[in-house]
Amino acid sequence: MEMFRPTRDGGASVRLSAGEATLLRTLVVPVMELLSERDGGRVVADARRDEDEPSRVLDDLEQIFEADTPETPEDPVLARLLPDAYQDDPAAAGEFRKYTESSLREAKKYFAQTLLDTLPPNGGRVKLTGDQARDWLRALNDVRLMFGVRLEVTEDFEDQLAALSPEDPKIAAFEVYGWLGAVQESLVQALAR
Amino acid sequence: MSVAPAEVDLPRSADETVPDKPWVTIVWNDPVNLMSYVTYVFEHVFGYPRPKAEKLMLDVHHRGKAVVAVGTREAMEHNVEVLHGYGLWATVRQDK
Repeated sequence: MEMFRPTRDGGASVRLSAGEATLLRTLVVPVMELLSERDGGRVVADARRDEDEPSRVLDDLEQIFEADTPETPEDPVLARLLPDAYQDDPAAAGEFRKYTESSLREAKKYFAQTLLDTLPPNGGRVKLTGDQARDWLRALNDVRLMFGVRLEVTEDFEDQLAALSPEDPKIAAFEVYGWLGAVQESLVQALAR
Repeated sequence: MSVAPAEVDLPRSADETVPDKPWVTIVWNDPVNLMSYVTYVFEHVFGYPRPKAEKLMLDVHHRGKAVVAVGTREAMEHNVEVLHGYGLWATVRQDK
């Protein structure tokens, strides 16, 4: 595929094929769904967002005054996307999570939504402002984290890929993971200039 | 987007009141995050010049973790929230 190039206004641009645009959409949607999931029976503040704004404020308050301190998500991907802020202090980690987890979930969904909103449905030129490009970086990174956790990738992922038998169904996922890394790398390079 | 409310950091015992130990933001090594991306995040989030951002990224990469910022607990918690937004594995700790 073509790689991202810097634009004059500090953004980045790339031409995507229809297949690449579809692939990106297909990969970002499950991350958004995961971020919207309830975890451990706790209602995520976002669940009633579509109904009306005031209820959201109440949800946030509910969460803050809730007696239980939220725990690290059980799903390993969610646990990586929403990690503990304190390593050896579950009480402090829970307290931090109580005040920040729902806004972090919202932020991540917002980044993913920027990517979906700026993808041409049938492929074509994507032209991103600097802010949109940083949303893309974060959304791409969350997708890569999802793959990384599910595939248990190490820093030598090329070796892991080479060690798989040709029939291994994980090969396709490893290849997509590698492709996402190349896309993200080119976007970083375009922004870092 | 909301920001973590300021927490009152009550001392738990008398010996914790003096001297004030600063808090630190730690970033941990991760097999997924690209080196160039981590460098970019340090530059963009903290405003560090490229050489400093690269050095911190390499510290994370080679040593498994690095202190990337020092300050109040509130500021370090804010850093961690922003870094989690970028998918970096970051934690807060009071400096030893």
